[in-house]
This record gives sequence, C-alpha cells and structure tokens, in this order.
Amino acid sequence: MNDAIDRSAFERTNSHIGRSLSRASARRTVAGRGKYTDDVMLPRTLHAAFVRSPYAHAWIRKINAEAAVAMPGVALVMTGAELAELCTGPWVGVLSCFEGMKSAPQYPMAVDRACWQGEPVVMVVGESRAVVEDACDLINIEWEEIPPTVDAGTALDPDTAVLHPELGDNLAFAKTIDRGDVDKAFDIADHVIEESFSFGRHTAVSLEPRSLLADYDPGTQRLTIHTSSQCPHMIQAVFARTLGIPEHNVRIVAPDVGGSFGLKIHTFGDEVASTAASMVLGRPVKFIADRLESFVSDIHAREHQIFARMAFRKDGEILAMEIDDLAGVGAYSAYPRTSVFEANQVLNITGGPYKFENYRASTKVVYLNKVPTSQYRAVGHPIGISVGEHMVDRAAEQTGLDPLEIRRLNVMQDDAYPALAPSGVPVNDLSHEACIDKLVELMDYDRLRSEQAELREQGIYRGIGIAGFIKGTAPGPQGYYGAGGAPIASQDACTIKLEPSGGVICTVGVTDQGQGVDTVMGQIAATALGVSMEAVRVISGDTDAVPYGGGTYASRATAIGGEAVYQASRALRTEILEMASILLQTEVTKLDIVDANVVDANTGQARIPLSEIGRIGHFQLGELPDDYQPILSATHRYRLTELPYIFTNGVHGAYLEVDPETGFIRLLKHWVVEDCGRIINPNLADEQVRGGCVQGLGGAFYEHCIYDDAGQLLNGSMVDYLTPMAVEMPDIVVAHIETPTSESELGAKGVGESGTGAAPGVAMCAVNDALRPFETVVTEQPMTPEVVLRALGKI
Amino acid sequence: MSDNTQTITLTVNGQQITRLVRIRQHLVDFLRIELGLTGSHLGCEHGVCGACSVRVDNCVVRGCLMLAVQVDGSVVETVEGLTESGEISDLQDNFVERDALQCGFCTSGMLITAAELLRDAAPKSRDEIRDFLSGNYCRCTGYHAIVDAVEMTLKQRLEGQS
Repeated sequence: MNDAIDRSAFERTNSHIGRSLSRASARRTVAGRGKYTDDVMLPRTLHAAFVRSPYAHAWIRKINAEAAVAMPGVALVMTGAELAELCTGPWVGVLSCFEGMKSAPQYPMAVDRACWQGEPVVMVVGESRAVVEDACDLINIEWEEIPPTVDAGTALDPDTAVLHPELGDNLAFAKTIDRGDVDKAFDIADHVIEESFSFGRHTAVSLEPRSLLADYDPGTQRLTIHTSSQCPHMIQAVFARTLGIPEHNVRIVAPDVGGSFGLKIHTFGDEVASTAASMVLGRPVKFIADRLESFVSDIHAREHQIFARMAFRKDGEILAMEIDDLAGVGAYSAYPRTSVFEANQVLNITGGPYKFENYRASTKVVYLNKVPTSQYRAVGHPIGISVGEHMVDRAAEQTGLDPLEIRRLNVMQDDAYPALAPSGVPVNDLSHEACIDKLVELMDYDRLRSEQAELREQGIYRGIGIAGFIKGTAPGPQGYYGAGGAPIASQDACTIKLEPSGGVICTVGVTDQGQGVDTVMGQIAATALGVSMEAVRVISGDTDAVPYGGGTYASRATAIGGEAVYQASRALRTEILEMASILLQTEVTKLDIVDANVVDANTGQARIPLSEIGRIGHFQLGELPDDYQPILSATHRYRLTELPYIFTNGVHGAYLEVDPETGFIRLLKHWVVEDCGRIINPNLADEQVRGGCVQGLGGAFYEHCIYDDAGQLLNGSMVDYLTPMAVEMPDIVVAHIETPTSESELGAKGVGESGTGAAPGVAMCAVNDALRPFETVVTEQPMTPEVVLRALGKI
Repeated sequence: MSDNTQTITLTVNGQQITRLVRIRQHLVDFLRIELGLTGSHLGCEHGVCGACSVRVDNCVVRGCLMLAVQVDGSVVETVEGLTESGEISDLQDNFVERDALQCGFCTSGMLITAAELLRDAAPKSRDEIRDFLSGNYCRCTGYHAIVDAVEMTLKQRLEGQS
C-alpha cells in the first residue's frame, strides 16, 4: 500500500489534530446568541413549579389544593399520587453489576411520604412561572413528621430508624476488595500509619440550572423534549419507559448546555412530572429550576468518611494499604445510574499510582434522609486521591524522605505496562515517572523549597503539595451501566456523509457542553478525510439527527466518540477513493485526499475535487457503472472491548500560604502535568484541566452542603454555598505527557475530570505541608478556616 | 389589574421602547421575555452569580435585583447591544481566541463587567483583574483564561493609545 495512504492521518502535513483551533460556537456565545433551553420559546407554553417537602422525612396526610386549582392562570395541579398513575411503574436505582445492592421504589414525586427536604410533592402548571409560584403558596399540605436518618456514622446502628423498612436496614451496598496479603504486609512493616478522613457533600451548581421544555403533540403522539442534558439517548429511553411512550416517538434535543459536570447525566422526578403535564395538557410545558430548588433537588455528591492505614519499610517502600469507607447517599439510589459508583470508584483508584500489591478496601454505602447523591465530575477520585496522597506524605515524613522522592520510589515505572493498580483494575500506557520529572522542572521545585524555608524563618507558613493520580476515563461496557441493566450506551457512534456540495455532515452520539466536543470531532473528521475544518458540520445533541450513543459522561467524548468519528471518516474516505478510482480509472492505492481534492498520491497533483465526487455521486450517476452504487456515508461504532476504563495519569503541584492566626488560606499557584494520550486540541485540553482544577479546589476549600440534625440543608443558596471566585483562585500551569492509549487508533484518553480529581488531594498535601511546624494535620474537606483553626487547637 | 402594571419608556440598545409591564417583573425577565434579549441569563436570581449583569445608565447592575419599572426613563445596554455597537469586539475576539468561555452561560455578564474594568484603560495587575471580576461566577473555566483574555485586551488597548 502506498505510504501516503498507509500513514496515520493525524501525522499528515494537513492534519488538524494537535492544533489549538478556537470553537465556532464560542463566537456565537460571546455575542449573546447562545441558545439554552430557557431561550427556546414555543407558542402556548405553560410553566411548571413544584411544592417541595419542607421536611426531611414526613407522611403526607392531606393535600389541600382547591385555592391553587381555582387561581386564574393555573392549568393543572398534579399530586405525586396522581402522577404515579401515569407512570408505568416506580424507578428502582440498582444495577446488577453491583452485587447485593438494594434500593426502594421511587416515583417522580413523593406519593404518600417525603424522604428528603426538597423532594417534589405537588406540581402546578400555568401561564407563567410567577403565577404558578403564587399558586404553590396556596397549597396546604398536612404533614406528619417522621424522625429522619441524617448521620451516616450511625445509620447502620440497630436503634437507628430504617428509612425504607422493606429493605431491612439502611445499607445500600457493601463491597470489599482484598488483594495480596495485607495482614502479613502490616506485620512485617517497619512503620504503620493510620488516619481518619472526612469529605463533605457537594453539588454541581451548574450556572444554568436544570431546564426542560416538553412538547407533546397529541396528533402524532410524538414527544419532543428540549433539555439541558449531556445524554439525550438516555433521557429518551428513561422518559419513554417511565411514561409509556415508544422510545422512537420521543425526540430529545439538547440545545446549548450551561454547565453540566455530571449533574446533567441524570434523570429527575420534576422533569418527568413536567413532561407528563405536557402529555396531559397537549401543550408545551417548561420547567426551569430556580437556584434555591436546585440546591435541594440536583444530585449531591461525595460525603465520605474514611479510615486508612498504610504499611511501609524504613526506606520508604509502600508495602500495603487498607481503607475503610463509609458513604452517606440520599433517600434513594439515583435512577438509573445509582448512587454507589462514587464509593466503588474510591476503592478502585486509591493508591492507584503505586506499585504495592497488598490492598484491602471496603465500603459501606448508607441511605440518609438527604438529597440523593450520584455521579458528579471526577466521581470518587477527589476522595481516593486525597486519602492516598496524604498517606504517602505521612510516610515521607516518617522516613525522612522528600514527598517527591517517596513518590519516585513507589510509582509504577513507565515501562511496566500493562499492569494492575493496587485494587486490581487494569492500567496501561501510563507515565508517572515522566510526569513527575516534568512537574519538578515546571515548578522549579528546589527553588520553591528554599523560598518556603526562608519565609518560614519570617513566620510565613507556605506549603508545597505534590499529588499523583490515576483517573478512570472512557468506560467500556463490561460491568458498567448497560451491562448492569440501564439503558445507557458505553459505545458511541458517528455517521458521516459527503453532501452533493462536497461538504461533510458529521453526526455524533457524544454531546458538547462548551468543552469543545463538536470542534474536536470536526478536527478528527477533517483530518481523517483530508478536508478543511470549514467543510465539516458537526451535529450533536438531537436524537432525531444523530446515531444512538451514550452522550458525554466519564471523560468519554473524545476517547470513545472521537474514535468512532475517526473510523467512520476513514471508511468514508475509502469509499470516496474507490469512487474516484472508478471515475479516474486509476488504482485506488495511487490516490489520496488532500485539501478536499482527490490527488495523485505521489505527486500531490489534484485529480478531482470532493465537490465533483458529491455531485456525481448524488446527481450524475450515469457517469458510474450500473453495478456501482455510491453510498457516500459511513457509520461506525466504537467501544472498549477488554478494559473497564482507559486510565490516565498525572501529577499536580500546589503552592499556598496558611495564616495560622485566621486559618485563611491563600492559593499561590497550581501546576498540572497529565497524560491524556493523543491531544486533539491542546488549548481545549488545557482549559478542561484548568476548569477541572478549580472545581476540585472549590470542593477542597469552600463547597459543602451543610445539614442539621433534622435533615434541613442550612446553606442552600449561592450566598451560603460558596463556589470559587476569580480572586481566590491561582494561575494554573498545565503541561502534558502524551502516551497514546493502545486501545484505539486515535490514541486519545479522557481529560475532562482529572483536574477535579486530583486538585483536592494536592491542596490537602500543601495545607499539611504548611502546617508541619505545628505538628498537626488537616484531614477534613472542605478545609475551611474553621477546620484549620481547629487543627491548630485555636478553637 | 391596572394597579399591578405600569407603562415604562426606556432606551434599550439604542432604541426607545414603551411597554406595559407588571410591577413585580425583574429587569432581566423583562429583557428576556418581553424583548427577546436572551443573551442575559438567570443563574441564581439572588444577586450573587452575575450572569444577569446588564448596563443601566452606564453602570453595571444585576438584572435580577432590579425591577423593570425602575428603568423607566433609563438607558439599558445588554450584550446584544454592546455586540452590535462594536464596543467590546476586541474583548470578544480575545475571549474566543483564548477559549475564555466554555458553556457560555456566565459570558455575557463577564464581558459586561470586564468592559467596565477596561473602560478607563489604566494598567491593571492580574490580581486586580481577578478582584474586579469576582462578582461574576464562572463554573467552567477556572477563571485563568478569562483573566488572560481581559489582560490581553487591556494590553492591546494600552498599546493602541501610545
């Protein structure tokens, strides 16, 4: 085969891969022309609002809604019991891949009992959001309070009330991983360290709240839902099944999505209720969550308590690690993705960068009368990485090694793959050693240490943190959602077509929330085909237009969707060259496509433009033999076949200053070196890392859903739930090592979550480095001034 | 319902308009729903996030904390107007070039606040830029690229003056 054809497309001179192209959609957004769900306005649209439970746990004894029903402008008042009648059955948020997992049946709105403060109870639909909010205030519900279960630590005690009596206890799921000989390793170790950790609840706070516009057409029995979603096909399947409509009659359109971070891979009862209202009324119904209801109805995440032990030799070699995790989820396991992935992922990735083989990790996941938790950016990783890296730092302290040196000593070597992480999950194509070397250079580590020592003499307490990580990205189908029984694809798909004009339409199952998926898919398609970026139109986020896919979650869009685009584009390229070889009566191996022309592969001389291929292939078929039918379209699907995840790796560095008088922490700088395989668009990859870091730092220092003993969320507003502001955040230096994954031709791994995963861990290492002279440690996140002052014994 | 409504006359993006508005309607709802100016967004509706920032009589305000009736007689500018006038085209170019936006929901407010910072074209440090932008929350970018884009625009404007 000719060299020019055989060579990987992304190495060609006219490749768009590896170039920092800007996003066409950004040009539209800066002009204020973004189109989010609330910007979609259909004639006769009604608006929905909800009466939500003011109690964490209470029986609904009576609902008095007459005044709301009678209010001018109100079209429908629907209770949870009435909605349940319209549903095919309750949701049960379990997956068969989590052995022994249990959850109680859940309807979209509470039927006779509310199980968390904020659970929707009654829906009012009417002419404007203002009117239906007024009507909600007129609804009087007679409640009978039930003692709530709010503390994970006592949820399994015999005298604690069982939230769902039919389950027998409050345990959702338990799991233990036990590899090697942990007990023996602890016996022979020179040192053993122990630590307890606590991680608070977070929530995503996407700046655009959850949004949905359901439009049921009684004539065609067709349901169209515009919604701010990462996973249109999953929404299609779940809503269709819940409301008893054939899935192919449901169209999901995800317009511009104003932040998602995992929040918008989930299904929510209020959204199903609004859709049911559209079906009942035969009119469009819009539901835009306001910020206050977002805090008590969006999924929450984290809330883990961990006890960890580590055994190591006096030379610093880690021998074993043991963790015992307790996770408090909500009143139900989220349907269909469950609420136990986070705990499972903590077990999978803790200690992940290191060579030790003796590892025991167990988790218990318990139900609480709080907002249901589920997957949020970097699921489990902030917890596992914080725990593992803190323990490594403690080991360094005990053995007198520098934090860098102990990591160099223990990380898996760059030539050791394929390998298994301590938990037994397979890892491949990682580069811990190269990443550490690059980080040291980037940070100017030795100079920073000298500066730290000098300032300490002056009573200024600065800390330097180093934290390595592995991150599970781009999951395969094995043991995952689809295999576990949920209608969520782990494979993804692309259909690519050559139009008569020579333009290319590329439709993809993955979706864009501003991270640049559409641009990246365009770069891959244009490169694989040999055309300009301008020639390719990428379409995503519309189930009527795109092939069935999983959407964007778990850092999968580029690694999985990108490979599907690459393979589909290569197939279309092959067809174009075949057709050209017939038209030109030339061997196909002597042809190539460059700059939208079929060219002579050796000389580069243009032979026929793609616009001619398109024109002839669609209109002038007489120029082709009768037995040759051009299709000029290709569909390809791609999935991982062997591995559960494509793991990535990297290392973060942090520099910060702690004021021991006030407990305030000033972040000075943050560095990241990570390996997401082949990088399609360096600028977009960097910005994923930066944005991810800040989301992680938010959780590390500020963000916390604080509940009282009655199960009331005390800080459910943006005034009280603190997310990072510009002035608090440091500049973030990003660099990469590129080790393409062996799993695909493209070689891309995921990049969207690793910043969020590792930033809290490195922040905790840096805070403790700053506090070292005080001989105290902080092992609680968020690391608020109060937490720091408590560690210092000042309050 | 005349006691619940009021007629207001104002200038929006250079055009004088008169509308009958409900007295309880917020400015940003008025702009979005009544005038179709959907470039301004509602992120929190309690004055924290800044996504609804618009200009009223040359000052940046929270569109969710002001009522439509309060802008009677005022001059209101939104991102659509600032785009059409070209006032912030260099800033917008730098936002796109530097990828200083991802989901874009905060962007209109961020641009309007940044335009305020840039107005006096005085040198500013990165810390000063960060401080000035801290009333506008972004959940996607981590702010670094936004600070870069504002810093670059300021630098270009200062160079253009000299």
